[in-house]
Amino acid sequence: MFCTMARKRMASSKRKILWGVCLAIVCVGNIGLHAQTRSLPDVIESVQPKMVKIFGGGGLRRLESWQTGFFISNDGLIVTVWSYVLDSETTVVLSDGRRATAELLGYHPQYELALLKIDVQDQPFFNPDTSVRGVPGATVLAFSNLYGVANGNEQCSVQTGVVSALVPLNARRGNRRTSYQGPAMVVDAITNNPGAAGGAVTNRQGRWMGLIGRESRSTESDLWLNYAIPAAQVTMAMDLILAGKTSDKLSVDRKPTEPITLALIGLVMVPNVVARTPPFIDQVSAGGAAERAGLRKDDLIVEVGGKVTTSFNDLQTRLRQLDRDAQVTLMVQRGDEFINVTLQANQR
Amino acid sequence: MPTAKIKTQLNTLLLTLVSITVAGLEAKAQESIAEQALQKDQNRIAVIAKASAASIAVFSPDGKGGGSGVIVTSDGFALTNYHVVKPCGTWMHCALPDGQIYHAVLVGIDPTGDVALIKLVGGQAFPTATLGDSDKVRVGEHCFAIGNPFLLATNFEPSVSWGIVSGVQRYQYPAGTLLEYTDCIQTDAAINPGNSGGPLFNGQGELIGINGRGSFEKRGRVNVGVGYAISINQIRLFWRHLTSGRIVDHATLGAIVTTDRQGRVVVDDILSTSDAFRRGLRYDDEIVAFGGRTIETVNEFKNVLGIYPKGWRVPLEFRRDGELYQAVVRLQGLHSEDELIELMQKKRKQPDLRPENPIQPTPQDVPDQVVDLIEKRMGFANYYFNRIAREQIWNDFQQAGDTRSLPERWKVTFQVTEGEPVQVALANRVAGIQWGDSAAVLDPSKDLAAQRLPDGSGGLLLAFHVWHRLLHEGWDGMGDIFYLGALPSRQDGEITDVVVSRYDSLECRFFFDLETHRLREIELWTDAGLDPCELYFDDYRKVQGVFMPHRFVAKYGDSFEWEMTVQEYDMNEATQ
Repeated sequence: MFCTMARKRMASSKRKILWGVCLAIVCVGNIGLHAQTRSLPDVIESVQPKMVKIFGGGGLRRLESWQTGFFISNDGLIVTVWSYVLDSETTVVLSDGRRATAELLGYHPQYELALLKIDVQDQPFFNPDTSVRGVPGATVLAFSNLYGVANGNEQCSVQTGVVSALVPLNARRGNRRTSYQGPAMVVDAITNNPGAAGGAVTNRQGRWMGLIGRESRSTESDLWLNYAIPAAQVTMAMDLILAGKTSDKLSVDRKPTEPITLALIGLVMVPNVVARTPPFIDQVSAGGAAERAGLRKDDLIVEVGGKVTTSFNDLQTRLRQLDRDAQVTLMVQRGDEFINVTLQANQR
Repeated sequence: MPTAKIKTQLNTLLLTLVSITVAGLEAKAQESIAEQALQKDQNRIAVIAKASAASIAVFSPDGKGGGSGVIVTSDGFALTNYHVVKPCGTWMHCALPDGQIYHAVLVGIDPTGDVALIKLVGGQAFPTATLGDSDKVRVGEHCFAIGNPFLLATNFEPSVSWGIVSGVQRYQYPAGTLLEYTDCIQTDAAINPGNSGGPLFNGQGELIGINGRGSFEKRGRVNVGVGYAISINQIRLFWRHLTSGRIVDHATLGAIVTTDRQGRVVVDDILSTSDAFRRGLRYDDEIVAFGGRTIETVNEFKNVLGIYPKGWRVPLEFRRDGELYQAVVRLQGLHSEDELIELMQKKRKQPDLRPENPIQPTPQDVPDQVVDLIEKRMGFANYYFNRIAREQIWNDFQQAGDTRSLPERWKVTFQVTEGEPVQVALANRVAGIQWGDSAAVLDPSKDLAAQRLPDGSGGLLLAFHVWHRLLHEGWDGMGDIFYLGALPSRQDGEITDVVVSRYDSLECRFFFDLETHRLREIELWTDAGLDPCELYFDDYRKVQGVFMPHRFVAKYGDSFEWEMTVQEYDMNEATQ
């Protein structure tokens, strides 16, 4: 009897669960349908506050002095493309017209992405954790300040289309003038217009899918490519940039007694004259480790040991962290190409 | 135990039932979603079919230019771009989607707004587009453009491109002072050369704009997903101006505004002769609202300014030292008349949209079908339509009695609110006014503008004289006259038909009721830099077989106002 009672109770609770599941299914169904029926204008309105218009350097010879970006945290972290626009003081204009001067947290030259920071709180943002993967055929919305159409409190332009393909960009080196080599979400809408770079691509529900890449024109066909860097790759690059930033602060503890110097590996850099002098090689000493590794004058050192070097000072800091007996891996940019080299300073 | 077994079986059964039900529901939901999608498709096809019927292809007579357009009235008035009709001259060919080709004549142009009105000739009951409300358009709404991109439509069946609204209230800089797109709609529906002048419809098939421009730059002149359409609400405000056969001008406030360091929109410079100045606007005042819209950027200000024709009165709100001021400001012309014509004659780099034109006429004179509908005159797109409009207004006005049949000499006695009686005597060669112990006499044979009588009224007696002269002699007595279009009345904001006359050294504006064309108001200008004297007419009642006003309001700026009620009309030949 006791047993039966227990089972009975179990049965009834099971039934409850069952009905619960049942209800849940109906509810999920409803939510799904509801999300579907949320009108496009409403979706767009909810995305616009996450977008920013970025103004900075350029403005000469068809170099637009603006681009697009968007928030990826509620406290003002902004992702955008790395470009000359960020070379000088960068002004960020929010969708409601508020302006702020942005701090450049760092950039990743190979992903061509940069992270900016402004002081805001409770800012609507795209959550990288809930981003969605764009598969061919998926409807996309593209938000950007193409042609610098929007000023002040004016909203970013919105275009719609579908994902045409998910393909590795630049299968043939030098075909396109982009550094980014990873997977790209090619879209059928003409999204990659002047000033659109750094814009956001979302799905029909406004969930983040990717970042509109820099303008890219095939050197062979002269065709402009409309593509976005998928959210997963953007997130990866963001993490790398943020990590690079962190390691700077830890560097004090890890100073070897006898670090690598530029002279030791046989490099003379372009004189360090401004706050962020790009680490260009000015001279390669004959017979040095650098020469043996194939480095050349005018190469730009973009990474040391996998850490981004955005300036001469960065380069110095990174080298100081390395023991002179250690193997050093460098990545340099030569024209449109990225070249990895490994060199041993003390090898004679 | 058996009970327990039964329970378990029951549970299984229940589970199965629930699963079946859920599966069934899902299937049903999917089915209905599929049905909905199909239905949506069918609806869209129907909407596009209806909208297409009113869309036209426009070709210049020499076969060298062309574009698109849309018919908006069943008697054949159609909208297109100024830059489409510019190479056409006074007439053009228009092709409907059904393959029918009509002649069309130019009616009116707005070179700054890039709008042209044309009229198709020879057809009856043309299909028309339904006008929407472009102020209600939201970003993300579906929209579609219909037109003749690359002049593809050899059989005149137009092309349709579908997309969404990418932006609203966009501002696109002019070339000099022409072709300025203010408050326009941005779309990713493909807008290519040849689409110019064609309609942009919302998802319901309502006309929301006229396509005319795109951002192209370095990618050549093909669509890059960034097209712009002139909002239909702007065109609504210009509509009667365009029907006037004139070259229509846009407006300026008479002040330049800029963004200051705090991000406020402030007056950077202001003309002391402008109405804005007379209504109290000064240097460094902050513009708070304009035309009923809050102003936070210079673009927003320009967007409001750009949708109004010259002469429109627009509410303005401005702030000085923390204090808020409100005024209704009359906008002045962006150009002088000669300036506008000169600019239009200047050669401008035009988009080269000259593919093979399916209509290749041999050069010919104006065809017989349209020759009677074209009257060339300096300053007009087509004077014919101006003359017709003016005649119409006068004829309608005279429906209330032939004012020219009235005796020449009038003596009108008024009661002025809280004042003494006023007597006005009007005749061809003299006009007089008497109030209290004061009196003033006007001599029409002398310079009229110099006789702003009584003092402080801005020329009330002049206004009475002009009124008398108009009623007596009609348009013929008013010097150089033209139909302006429609402007809101200062009195009540009602939209009225306006005829302008340059009589002696005066500029007179006659405001007529839009429906009945009864005279509502005279504005009398002695000097463009001064306020006009305004005389309003109301309470029309029969006097000697003719409907005459019995309530008058006279105004000058913000300083003078008389409300006058007629006690007696004395129209006896023997009087005086």
